[in-house]
Amino acid sequence: MSHLEYLQKLHRSGRIGRRELLGRAAALGASATALAGIVASEDAYAADTPRKGGVMRLGVGGGSTTDSMDVTSWNDSVATVGGFAIYGALIEVGAGNKAAGDLAESWEAKPGAAEWVFNLRKGVTFHNGKTFNADDVVFSINLHRGKTKSGAAGSFSAITDVKKTGEYQITISLKSGDADFPMVLTDYHNRMVPAGTTDLGKAPGTNAYMLDSYQPGVRVQGKRYPNYYRQDRGFVDGFDLTVINDSTARLNALISGQVDVINRVDPKVAALVKGKRDLGIVVSSGGWHTVVSLLQDPGAMFANHDLRLAMKYGIDRPQLVKTLFGGYGSPGVDTPIPKNDPYFNNTIKPIAYDPDKARFHLKKSGFAGAVTIQVSDAAFNGAVDMATLFQANLAKAGLKVDVKKEPADGFWSNVWLKGNCVVSYWAGRTTATQMLDVGYGPTAPWNESHYKNPKFGALLDAARGELNQAKRKTLLFEAQALMSADVATLVPAFRDSIDGHNNRIGGHVPASLSDMNNSNIISSGWLKA
Amino acid sequence: MLRLVILRLAFGAATVLAASMLIFAGTEILPGDLATAILQNAATPENVAELRAQLGLDRPPTVRYLEWIGHAVRGDLGVSLSNQHPVMEDLAPRLRNTFFLAAFAALVAVPLAVMLGLLAAIYQNSLYDRAINFVTLLTISIPEYLVGYLLVKYFSVRWGLFPSLANVTADNTLLQRIDLTFLPMLTLVLVVVAHMMRMTRASVLNIMASPYIEMAFLKGLSKSRVVVRHAFPNALAPIIAVIALNLAYLVVGVVVVEVVFVYPGLGQLLVDAVSKHDLPVVQACGLIFACVFILLNLAADVMGILSNPRLRRGR
Repeated sequence: MSHLEYLQKLHRSGRIGRRELLGRAAALGASATALAGIVASEDAYAADTPRKGGVMRLGVGGGSTTDSMDVTSWNDSVATVGGFAIYGALIEVGAGNKAAGDLAESWEAKPGAAEWVFNLRKGVTFHNGKTFNADDVVFSINLHRGKTKSGAAGSFSAITDVKKTGEYQITISLKSGDADFPMVLTDYHNRMVPAGTTDLGKAPGTNAYMLDSYQPGVRVQGKRYPNYYRQDRGFVDGFDLTVINDSTARLNALISGQVDVINRVDPKVAALVKGKRDLGIVVSSGGWHTVVSLLQDPGAMFANHDLRLAMKYGIDRPQLVKTLFGGYGSPGVDTPIPKNDPYFNNTIKPIAYDPDKARFHLKKSGFAGAVTIQVSDAAFNGAVDMATLFQANLAKAGLKVDVKKEPADGFWSNVWLKGNCVVSYWAGRTTATQMLDVGYGPTAPWNESHYKNPKFGALLDAARGELNQAKRKTLLFEAQALMSADVATLVPAFRDSIDGHNNRIGGHVPASLSDMNNSNIISSGWLKA
Repeated sequence: MLRLVILRLAFGAATVLAASMLIFAGTEILPGDLATAILQNAATPENVAELRAQLGLDRPPTVRYLEWIGHAVRGDLGVSLSNQHPVMEDLAPRLRNTFFLAAFAALVAVPLAVMLGLLAAIYQNSLYDRAINFVTLLTISIPEYLVGYLLVKYFSVRWGLFPSLANVTADNTLLQRIDLTFLPMLTLVLVVVAHMMRMTRASVLNIMASPYIEMAFLKGLSKSRVVVRHAFPNALAPIIAVIALNLAYLVVGVVVVEVVFVYPGLGQLLVDAVSKHDLPVVQACGLIFACVFILLNLAADVMGILSNPRLRRGR
């Protein structure tokens, strides 16, 4: 080790300051360029190496006064970003969209993949000191089964039984085989609470942070749990999350330095944030996509395949991505599987805007009336603009479109799943089979277009139980090609999520599933100096 | 005098009751219900039915209204349907915040408006009069969110003088609170000052046309003394009424300012509650807003009476 390296080591361990490091390096005869090199390498070191301490201040959009810490009630970003810091997962979505164990250390499927055994991590305690074991897992999973208000109920309905088969082992039985079942357990509601908890809003968790104070829709504050079990997480001493639903206010808070990291940066201003010296953005492509449903019940106007094709070719997807998402997104091919999913069918050709082709199909369909698109910004910010854009696109193909603005209030109960042509969105699911299952399968609870194709259902069933990766891929490719050709629904575009941060934040990286490091930013990020 | 006040109070109570019925009916006829609003696109018929039963939404509305109003009279505003907290628990800190901001803005705006109005009356048609009229009209004409954003842009982003987030907590000191709420306060002041200022000027000038004012001038009094001592007391009643209206606005109409500055006040709570169909919270907010309006108007009435010796005597 040279003396210079020794000095750098002292600096990194915090025993000498930067001024002293540079002063002593200069005394050793280092040139100005060499000194600049030292500064750069120290900066890079600080950026890549987690540092302990500090309070991370977050400005998060997607919270409401009706929020609660009750895991079954979670439905938006504040609940997940705050909740993930407190409650540990059995399994989470790891790198490359693969299942990664957190409180489950290992797992294996019995032949047929209808029965799964999970081995749990030992030596974990809840924030109240209680030891974590199999009883807690059985209890926590059952919160989302049977009679429950949980949003995970749909995907967990595949579970027929959860059994404790050891102090640190559980066995889960399924209705039918599912090779991707561990990914089902990554559902964001599936976080561990102690067995027998009666008031879920006040349950202790096992994760890196203990709840300090909580005002729903206003603020969540937490401090580090000293007995946390992981060394590669939980760097900051505490967090202070302010709910900021207004996107301008969120950005102002970041620029004026009142928060260190924000979610949902408006694509229109992302370039401005990127251009600021001490700010940066993190872009994650995930499963979030827009949907325009085409109700296909017998007798409905979109039972006509040619009319659906007219819609398919009559909308300008690249223009949508460019104008509405500021280029942060990608055009869809009428399947809900995102590009970064290992089962995404990359052989389906991009769908170009072709008014002539749309006009041809419109003529063939014999449809003479007007299509009414029902839309509300309750679905997502910009939904109305999207419908208006399509109105202009389709007019060139000779199809008259009325854009009907629905009240935000009651949109999900009165319009969605009921209208002929409704604009909505999906936040995406962790696996391709799950996404196709809940939205398009024969028993799908949220089949917006009422798409019913027995062949598609059969492909999906076969894929779910198929343990051979290659065969499974073939089946899912075929299913996607089929639904795209059928025009099961319109998936005009996928949208990236954009986070913003200042240069105090380290460890904030693009994630595969959702924004803010898959909502794990509090425990996986850190503060530089 | 006392009889008059008691009568006004009784009318006020009746108005509150009527308002409560309207609020309840209004929330009842909104499309959709809490269960579907909470579950959004994660709703299945089964979990909607389960949540509805859990929340007691399957009972008839009349039963729920009577139960609620009975409890409300005793100070129990019920339990929030969406997060199972007692409504009072969620509401109380926000109510305090709302009152704090309203009081802060009123403390600055009312004296400022009255003073500016009096000066405008004294220097009627002068350059000052025209300038102040123009400036206040400008600030009232710009939408308040834009006023808020402009203040943030300069005071917080550019000059770094005041924070753009007014995220106060219960353990802030008064000084911290004043610092955090300075920009929202300024926004509100800019919005309400014009109305009160112009009313002060107009009603003072109106009185200035009376014969007794002419008498005062003939006695050789200065204009400022005539305006402040002779005209202003007689012009008070309409000014008080306008101030009461603006004070009520500072309490009930500041949702936009709360959003821009992320201020945890009552307006945001009401908006969230309406969109989630959280009836107890909506009704509690509605009731409080109705009470504030009625109380402030009552106070304006009483002060109007006090300011007028002819009414003060009583019959």
